[in-house]
Amino acid sequence: MAASPSTASTARSGPLLSFSSSFSSASRPLLLPLPGCRSSGRRTARIPAISAKIREIFMPALSSTMTEGKIVSWVKAEGDRLSKGESVVVVESDKADMDVETFYDGILAAIVVPEGESAPVGAPIGLLAETEEEIALAKAQAQSQSQSQPQPQTQSPPSPPAGSVPSRPPPPPAPVATPVAVSEGPRKIVATPYAKKLAKQHKVDIASVVGSGPNGRITPSDIEAAAGIQPKKPASSPAAPVPQSSAPSAGASAKAPAATLPPIPGSTLVPFTTMQAAVSKNMVESLSVPTFRVGYPVTTNALDALYEKLKPKGVTMTVLLAKAAAMALAKHPVVNATCKDGKSFTYNESINIAVAVAIDGGLITPVLQDADKLDIYLLSQTWKGLVKKARTKQLQPNEYNSGTFTLSNLGMFGVDRFDAILPPGQGAIMAVGASKPTVVADADGFFSVKSKMLVNVTADHRIIYGADLAAFLQTFAKIVEDPESLTL
Amino acid sequence: MPASVSLSFALPLSSAAVSRSDPLATAAAPFGAFRRSGLRFCGLRKEVLSIRSLNSAVSRRITTPNPARQLSTKTLAAAKDNGSPSKDFDYDLVIIGAGVGGHGAALHAVERGLKTAIIEGDVVGGTCVNRGCVPSKALLAVSGRMRELQDEHHMKAMGLQVSSPGYDRQGVADHANNLASKIRGNLTNSMKALGVDILTGVGTIVGTQRVKYGKVGFPDTEVTARNIIIATGSVPFVPNGIEVDGKTVFTSDHALKLEWVPDWIAIVGSGYIGLEFSDVYTALGSEVTFVEALDQLMPGFDPEIGKLAQRILINPRKIDYHTGVFAKKITPARDGKPVLIELIDAKTKEPKDTLEVDAALIATGRAPFTKGLGLENIDVATVRGFVPVDEHMQVMDTDGNLVPHLYCIGDANGKLMLAHVASAQGISVVEQITGNNNVLNHLSIPAACFTHPEISMVGLTEPQAREKAEKDGFEISVAKTSFKANTKALAENEGEGLAKLIYRPDTGEILGVHILGLHAADLIHEASNAIALGTKIQDIKFAVHAHPTLSEVLDELFKSAKLKVGVSRSVNEPVAV
Repeated sequence: MAASPSTASTARSGPLLSFSSSFSSASRPLLLPLPGCRSSGRRTARIPAISAKIREIFMPALSSTMTEGKIVSWVKAEGDRLSKGESVVVVESDKADMDVETFYDGILAAIVVPEGESAPVGAPIGLLAETEEEIALAKAQAQSQSQSQPQPQTQSPPSPPAGSVPSRPPPPPAPVATPVAVSEGPRKIVATPYAKKLAKQHKVDIASVVGSGPNGRITPSDIEAAAGIQPKKPASSPAAPVPQSSAPSAGASAKAPAATLPPIPGSTLVPFTTMQAAVSKNMVESLSVPTFRVGYPVTTNALDALYEKLKPKGVTMTVLLAKAAAMALAKHPVVNATCKDGKSFTYNESINIAVAVAIDGGLITPVLQDADKLDIYLLSQTWKGLVKKARTKQLQPNEYNSGTFTLSNLGMFGVDRFDAILPPGQGAIMAVGASKPTVVADADGFFSVKSKMLVNVTADHRIIYGADLAAFLQTFAKIVEDPESLTL
Repeated sequence: MPASVSLSFALPLSSAAVSRSDPLATAAAPFGAFRRSGLRFCGLRKEVLSIRSLNSAVSRRITTPNPARQLSTKTLAAAKDNGSPSKDFDYDLVIIGAGVGGHGAALHAVERGLKTAIIEGDVVGGTCVNRGCVPSKALLAVSGRMRELQDEHHMKAMGLQVSSPGYDRQGVADHANNLASKIRGNLTNSMKALGVDILTGVGTIVGTQRVKYGKVGFPDTEVTARNIIIATGSVPFVPNGIEVDGKTVFTSDHALKLEWVPDWIAIVGSGYIGLEFSDVYTALGSEVTFVEALDQLMPGFDPEIGKLAQRILINPRKIDYHTGVFAKKITPARDGKPVLIELIDAKTKEPKDTLEVDAALIATGRAPFTKGLGLENIDVATVRGFVPVDEHMQVMDTDGNLVPHLYCIGDANGKLMLAHVASAQGISVVEQITGNNNVLNHLSIPAACFTHPEISMVGLTEPQAREKAEKDGFEISVAKTSFKANTKALAENEGEGLAKLIYRPDTGEILGVHILGLHAADLIHEASNAIALGTKIQDIKFAVHAHPTLSEVLDELFKSAKLKVGVSRSVNEPVAV
C-alpha cells in the first residue's frame, strides 16, 4: 500500500486508492471514503473509468495502518441503483466508521462480503454492473469469487442462465410471492418493523407468512417461525438491542430447554390462526393469577327429570346449568366479581354466563347475558342464536367477551371430572363432568343409586376464598337438586 | 463596579420589606397607602445611594460609565415617581408564565433588585419541568440502562453477566413523575426564598403596563408593572386530521405518563422529541415506525451527524420509517380496530399507504400558547401564534413598532424553542430593562438530544456554514474526531460516535460543533462557551484536559484543526503563581 496518489492533497492523510494493483480483472477502484477523520475538506480524487462494464468494489484503505476492514453495513441492497457520489457501504477501520461512496452510476449487482464480515484491504467486497443485462454476469462472477473466499458468505441468489436475464433488477429478497393460503381476499399485509427487518435478513417472503398478531399482523416471531430459527437474537450488530421478550438468559434458566428442543424430523409447522393466537395469549396471561379449585358432587336425578320434560321445548342441559349457576351467583356476588388490579374487588352488576364452545380449530365463549334474569325459554332461544353465530364466526365482540363467569361442560363426552383454567378478567370458572349413577349411603345406612355429577370450580383466590366457593357450590347444588325454581 | 453593587443591595432590601408584609394587604385595596409609605422610605435611601454611586462613578473614572449612569438616573426618576401615586407601579416586573423562562427571568430580576411577581395559570415549571425535558430525562435514564443491560454482547465484552433484565412500567412512570414534582418543588422554593410573588391564575394584558389575573370563576385582580414579560410557552402541535384521544393517539404530554407500552407505535415526526421517544419505546420493547414529512429523518441535524445517527439509533433497532409523507388522517383504536394512519405523499398529496399500529405519538413540533393573553388590547397580532419580537425580545405591534415595557421570551416568541433559551432570553431582558444593553447570541446556544448515545450541537451545521462562507466570502474547514480513539469511551465500551468542528481556518473562529456519542450533551459546553466568549481555536487548543476523559474528544478535535493563523494570545505564557 505504498503508492500514494499524487493527486491527493496534503490535507488528506493519504490513505486512499492505493489498492488497484491487487486485482487484474478489468476493473478499477471505484470508491472513495468520505473525508477521513482529520481531513479538512471534501476533496476527492478520481481515477478515470475504463470501458469495463462490471466493476469491483474494493475494500478501501482508510488509514495508513489499516490492513483489513469490517463491513459495518451495506447502505444499498443488491439490485439497488446507485448514482455517483452516493454512499454504498459503511466500513469500519481501526479508527472510525466511514461511508464509502461510488464514483460511477450503476446497479449494485452483488454483495461479495456481507455485513459483519471482514476483508483485507484491496479485496473486492461487491460488484457494480453498469446495466441490468450484466447483473447475471456479475452474480456469476460474485459466486466464483465467494467460493474462493475463505470466509463464510451469505450466498448470493443463484444466477439465472445467461440470456434469460430479467428486464428489471430483482428485488433483494429474491423469492417471488406465491399465492399461499391467503383466504379472505386481498388482505393488506401488515408486518411490524422488526418483522420486516428479520424477513429481509433471513430472506423470508413476507407475503407467504400468516400473521398471528392483532388483526392478523405479522410479528417477529412469525418470521422466526417461518425461517425455522430459534427465537434467539442473532446479535448481528453490537448496537442492536436484544429484544426483551425473546432474550433467553445467558445462564441456565428454566426457559432455556424449551427454546433449544431439537426439531423432530418430519414435523410440520402450522402458525396459529388469529383465534388460536388469542387463546394462547389468554392462557399464558392466566398464569399470573393465583387460582385454586374446589370440587362438589351434585345429585342430578331431579335435574335430569326436568331436562326430559323441557327438552321438547328446546331447552338444553347447557342452558339449564347456566341458569342454575346464574341463580347461585345472584346469591354469592363475590364469585361473580373480578380482580382487576390486584388491589380491589370489582363487583359486576350483571351476571353474564360465558359458555365455552369448541368450534372448528378453536374455542369461543358465547355469553348469555343477564342469565339470572331471563327465563329459561328465552335463554334457550338466545343460546341457539349465539351458537349459530359462533359457528359462522359472526359473534360481535360483546357477545363473547362480556362474561363474568364461565361454564365449561365436557359431561356429554363422558368426562367425569376435569379442571378448567380461569380466563383473564373473570373471578371463577365452573367445569362440569358427566352425571353417573353412583351408589350412595344415607345417614341411616340405606344404600341407593343416585345420579351424581362432579362440578369443579377454579377461582381467583385474591378475591374468592375457599368458604365463598363452598357456599356458592352448596347453593348451586341445592338449586340443581330441587330444580323447579329454574323454570320460574 | 461598586456603584451597581451597592444599588442592587439596596433594592432587594426594600422589596423584601414590602413582600414580607402581610401578602393579603399587598393584594387588597388598602395596600396603596401602606406601600407608598414603604417606598418613600426606600426612595430616600435609594436617593442617597444613587448620589453616592454617581459620585463614585465619576470619581473613580470607570471606563464604561454608561450603565451606571443610566441606572442611577433611572432610580432617581423612580424615587421621584414615588411622590405621585398615579405613576406608581405594583411591581417593577411581572412575568406571565412560570416555566423555565419565567423562572430564570424572575431569579435574575431579583438579583438585579427588581420587585418581581410571576403569574402562573397551570403549574410552576411549565412544559419543561412537568411535560417535557425533565420527565423525559427520567424515562431516558431508564431506557439507557435497559438498553445496556439488554445488550448481551456489550455486557459480555466487559465480562458482565446479567440474566433477563425486566422492568415495572408503573415504577418507571413513577420515577418520571417523582422527578417532575421534585424539580417543580425546587423551582417554587427558589422563587419563594427570594421573595418573588407567585400569583395564581391566568394572566391577561389589559393595557400598557397593566395585567390582570385570576382563576376561572373568581374575580380578577389587576396589577400594574413597570415592565411585563410574556413567557407562556407552548403546547404540542397536532396537525389537522389527527384525532388525539390521549390513549392510543397521543402527544408527548400523555406519553410522558407512560400509561402503557404499546407493542408497536408510530411516531409522527423525527425531530428531538420523536427521536428521544423512539429511544425510550424501543428500550422498553416496543417496535417503532417513524412518519417524517421531509425526505430525510432527523431533518434538523447536521447531515453527517444525521446519517451516523440513523446508523446507530435507527437501523440496528426495531424501527422502520416512511419519509416524504404526511399523516393525513389518524384514527384512534376503537371497536377492536387498530390505530389507522393514512399517509399521503408530501409533494404530490397522492395517497401512499395506510398503517395499522397499536398507538401513535404525535411529535410534529410545538405550537405557541399565546391565546387569551389580551394582546389585542395593546394592538399586537401574533404570527402563526408567535409573538413578534425584536432582538431584545421586545414585543412589536401590528405596525412593526416596539411596544414599550413589554417583552416576550421562550417558546412564545418562537426564536429557538428550547428551555434554556427561554431562560437566557429572560436574563437578557432583565439586563436590558435594568439598563445594560444585551443581545443574546442565539448561535452560541447548545442543543442536545438525549438518545443513547446522545447528540449535541452548537452553531451552524456544515451546509449552513458553507452557505454563509460563500455569501460572506471566507473559507471554512471541517475537522472530525472519533470516539473510537478516546480512551475513556473505549473503557466504557462505547466507542461509537463522532465529533465534528466547522471553523474558519483564517481566523480560528468556531462556527459550529456537532457531537454524537457518549455524554455528548455534557461535552458540547466547552464549544458553546468558546463561541459565546469568542475564544479562538488557536487559544483553546492549548487548554489542558484531564486524562482520561471524554472531554479529550473535544481536545483532540480542536488540536486537529488546521489553522492559517498563529497563536493570538498564548495561554502558555508563564504566569506567576
